[in-house]
Amino acid sequence: MAGQLREYRRRVRTVQSTKKITRAMELIAASRIAKARARVAASRPYAAEITRVISAVASQSTINHPLTTERSGVTRAAVVVVTSDRGLAGGYSANALRQAGELMELLADEGKSVALYAVGRKAVTYYRFRGRELASEFTGFTEQPTYADAKAIADELLAAFTLDEADGGVGEIHIVYTEYVSAMTQTPEAHRLLPMVLEETTEAPAGGALPVYEFEPSAEGVLDALLPRYVESRLYVALLEAAASESASRQRAMKSATDNAEELIRTYTRLANRARQEAITQEISEIVGGANALADAG
Amino acid sequence: MATMRVAIVSPEAEVWSGEANFVLATTTDGDLGVWPRHVPLLGVLKDGGDIKVETDGGDFLYTVGGGFISVTKDGVSILAETAALKS
Repeated sequence: MAGQLREYRRRVRTVQSTKKITRAMELIAASRIAKARARVAASRPYAAEITRVISAVASQSTINHPLTTERSGVTRAAVVVVTSDRGLAGGYSANALRQAGELMELLADEGKSVALYAVGRKAVTYYRFRGRELASEFTGFTEQPTYADAKAIADELLAAFTLDEADGGVGEIHIVYTEYVSAMTQTPEAHRLLPMVLEETTEAPAGGALPVYEFEPSAEGVLDALLPRYVESRLYVALLEAAASESASRQRAMKSATDNAEELIRTYTRLANRARQEAITQEISEIVGGANALADAG
Repeated sequence: MATMRVAIVSPEAEVWSGEANFVLATTTDGDLGVWPRHVPLLGVLKDGGDIKVETDGGDFLYTVGGGFISVTKDGVSILAETAALKS
């Protein structure tokens, strides 16, 4: 009887310490969402400006830059999959990987083989376990990515993109990441980074008509320097969005873990109390029984 | 005196923005001075070059690690990979 009571109390203590951990992780994740959102906002002026400038250059110049022209007969495509380094984030990584799987099927149907670029330890272990060859892997920064991380990925992608397909290069670059829609909703998205998809609209873009630029040193020179920056900036924004989504998923997962722990603690405390009551009741009835027996004997 | 809107932005944050009278930038082709109402221009900045911004409240000098200068009728945007205030 007393043994059972001790067992319940031990369980309550265990769950309590688990709850402390999940609660702490929930709070950390919550503060990281805010931070990542702030960084997305801070990166917006640069991303918006570079997109504006590229649209302006592309719409007025007739140059066929390799980074913007559609290639025919593409047989190899690069896919960048952004997942998390750590688990305990609900379905975050699994959803991104599922989206990547769909994209890869689509590419396979088009007769393109896929070169995988895995971001985050979860993607690396997922593909390695299935025996898929990775073109490259990037880990250790998914919760707080910096521009340098985006640049490192962009450098490898651009190197592969400028290489001939016969030499292991790729003709297209796709990215799969999780977009942060709101604290409750994060959706995995697949986008094509290169060749660039320029929206050719007839209506005037935001901020007035695009200016007719002069170039220094030359239109080609500017475009050459501009496009890699554009890819870096797109990747950076995607990494930040993914980081915000990861933290949001983790916060939600940890919140429900904390709630579950509380529920368990309540249940075990009740059981422990009942065990204690029963032990007392039993003791009383034993004492009363013993006293009665003595009285009867006397 | 006419002023123009100038913004120095890096990928991670907006570094500086405000009204300025004159901007001097180091492009790969050499120094480039921009007064208000300059013709629209897009230039590549030299890695490690300086950007000088002259405002009514004093001059600022930034060292940039590569990037672009975009001049439009609305103002000047400097897209720098890195930008640090030079003391």
